[in-house]
Amino acid sequence: MKDESAQRILTFTAQRTGAAACVHMGNVIELRPVPLPAAHARLARARATLVKAEATLVHREPSQASPLLTPPLRASRPVAPSGTVMTRPATDAQGNAISTGPTTDRIALSRRIVSLHLPDFAMNRWLRWATARHEAPPDELPVVLATEGPHGPVVSATNRAAILAGLNRGARVVDMRALCPTLRVVRADPDGDHAALKKLMLWARRWCPWTATDGADGIVMDTTGSDHLWGGEAALLREIEGSLGVLGFNARVAMAPTHGAAWALARFGPLRTIATSDTLATVTAPLPARALRLDADTVLLLQRLGLKSVGDIAAVPRLSLARRFAKTQLSHNPLARLDQLQGRTAEPVSATQEAPRFAVQVKLAEPVQDPTPYLPDLCTALCTALADAGFGARKLTVTIYRTDAEVSQVTAATARASRDPNHLRRLFDDKLERIDPGYGFELITLEASAAEDMRAMQSRLDGRADDGAALAQMVDRLSARLGPQSVRTPTPHASHIPERSLAWAMALSQAPRGPDPLPVTERPLRLLDTPEEIRVLYAVPEGPPAQFVWRRVPHRIARFAGPERIAPEWWNDRPGTRLRDYYKIEDDIGRRFWIYRDGIYGDDRGAPPLWFMHGVFG
Amino acid sequence: MRSLLATASPASDLPPLTLAEPTLAEFFSDSAADGAVTGFVCAQLAAVVASGKPLLWVQDRMTQREAGKPYPPGLPSGLRLILVTVNRAVDVLWSMEEGLHCDALGAVLGEVWGDPPALDFTATKRLALRAEARAIPALLIRRAAHPDLSAARQRWRIASLPALPEPDDMRAPGAPLWQADLFRARGRPPGQWVASPGDAGVTLSHHVHMNTAPDSATRATG
Repeated sequence: MKDESAQRILTFTAQRTGAAACVHMGNVIELRPVPLPAAHARLARARATLVKAEATLVHREPSQASPLLTPPLRASRPVAPSGTVMTRPATDAQGNAISTGPTTDRIALSRRIVSLHLPDFAMNRWLRWATARHEAPPDELPVVLATEGPHGPVVSATNRAAILAGLNRGARVVDMRALCPTLRVVRADPDGDHAALKKLMLWARRWCPWTATDGADGIVMDTTGSDHLWGGEAALLREIEGSLGVLGFNARVAMAPTHGAAWALARFGPLRTIATSDTLATVTAPLPARALRLDADTVLLLQRLGLKSVGDIAAVPRLSLARRFAKTQLSHNPLARLDQLQGRTAEPVSATQEAPRFAVQVKLAEPVQDPTPYLPDLCTALCTALADAGFGARKLTVTIYRTDAEVSQVTAATARASRDPNHLRRLFDDKLERIDPGYGFELITLEASAAEDMRAMQSRLDGRADDGAALAQMVDRLSARLGPQSVRTPTPHASHIPERSLAWAMALSQAPRGPDPLPVTERPLRLLDTPEEIRVLYAVPEGPPAQFVWRRVPHRIARFAGPERIAPEWWNDRPGTRLRDYYKIEDDIGRRFWIYRDGIYGDDRGAPPLWFMHGVFG
Repeated sequence: MRSLLATASPASDLPPLTLAEPTLAEFFSDSAADGAVTGFVCAQLAAVVASGKPLLWVQDRMTQREAGKPYPPGLPSGLRLILVTVNRAVDVLWSMEEGLHCDALGAVLGEVWGDPPALDFTATKRLALRAEARAIPALLIRRAAHPDLSAARQRWRIASLPALPEPDDMRAPGAPLWQADLFRARGRPPGQWVASPGDAGVTLSHHVHMNTAPDSATRATG
């Protein structure tokens, strides 16, 4: 007893002092000190942790510190996974901005955020839908969309004629009908509007890689570095407004260095305002207090205080505002909103999908229906970009931007990273037919949604190509056409239950090899997916039946081997699962099968056991 | 059993049947429940196993439902397998052709149920030429099918025979035996054999010449 405790203490102290003890059968066999590097490594780890903790502390400080201090200007940069080479020019600038690191005044306001306001989105969408069905009302007929309110339907959107007739949003439909008896009321569809806005947001990726919805009637885009593709910032805004106008959506756009400023200018500023970091203060100063994205109560409060415009609020000493609004949440806090507008608080555009690192696109002069002829060039361009960065694609997406504001895409995956243009093109051979071009599309994007590190290497000394690559390419092609679930490889699994002893993993996923299969006696060549019940004749408690009927064909058992008893796995199976007695049998015309009895007679687990056919021998 | 014992020749003059000559071979099975055709084909895979290259096994859904999936613990040990399950016979043929493009495969095995219109002379000819060009054996197992026009270089009909007795247990079936009927072949005479698995491939014994008419065979025995 004493020995044991002494040994435990010894082991314990040995571990504590950085020494390794090998204890065997109660005797300390060897106790040798661990060389210094181990202690050093531990020290270094502790130091690294400390440094990291300090870093996060410093990092958090500006946002959590007392609002009395003026925080430094911060870039409202989107959340990006990494800042490396990207083939889209937009992302080039992105990478640079991130790698430059600390925030300074110069780059803080260097983002270009476009805010897109769709004031009549619901009505425009309904008109589009009605026009497509040739049911559009004449322009002079007032139409309103109505939602259910607490006291009956309430107007939620109006067309132009309704506005001219004096109908306003938020009023009850019965009142408005009294005002205008010819009114046509249509039920609004807020969920449909939301879904449509999301689709439109994806479609807006044609202009830049980062887009997100912004409330119920807006889209926000980070166009940093994308504007030159469209001929400059002013041209980009005109292009956005024009293409949305063609689709029938009234849009107001504005561009500014911060999300808050772009939002305010799009809704309350002049048409197509472009604010730079120099003009930001002057352009936003005359906007009303509502432009700070505050709720109505706070705006009213500010008005009573005599603060009617953004400029008024900016002129108030920071200390006073902070004292009054320090504890309120964001939508009640003019100071926090002002910081967002002026770029003192970061407000990144958080796109739902991260922007791809490798993407190429081709713009067409006029809408076409078939993307196939453009694919080879796109693949070549993408593979060049991948090769330059030393990467290979694991997942590819072809996206087409249709003229009717929809996005269609097809995806193909590869079993291992590849940048062989011919191979990548062939993955889409039959898939592009499934893409729905609608009335045509004028922009195609090919992106590597997943890319992996892939160095060029020589796999064999005799100069021939590696078999693995050819095999992986074949698996890719089969998976691309037939679906990844159709191409599978067996993975052994540690279980004696036959159907559990292996799992069929997707060949595309390249699952790691499982454990070695358990040693078993003779097994059938083929296994039925589910064991099929057989009707037996002359069943005896021991041994197989004399005759059975399987798939309506009687089989007489001539010879048999077994039983091989396989017990249920109590840690996996539900209670009541019975053991199985497997027999290899041969019938009178020489066919060999694997049948089993599910349970044994008299095991007190319900009815007499049934027989099942499970496999076929050669 | 009809005329197997009629004119038996010693087994030694036939080399074991393997997949050494890469071409398209068709194997017919009269009954879906019969595992003989699977055993006969798998017994020839020794060269594929030795090469370490995987086998592409393509099944249509009907075959999978009726005859089951291959079960690797029962297959020759060391065989790497890629299983493709498709819905239509056209996809079986397309997958086989795609596999025959790939040098990294040891063999391509397809299973087709019934007589689909897609599996015509042209399709089999494509497979045969492709297999010979790339030197990859292509095997086609057909169930519930009629031996129509085909460009397969060998066409077999396989059925089970009662197994050899197990030396240790007289009640148990031992090493399997199959009745192999080569009813059409290029470069070798057709015939019927009793086949059994050997170390290097399938051993064919008890050769029965096809030119002996059945009535003469019965006269000879009885």
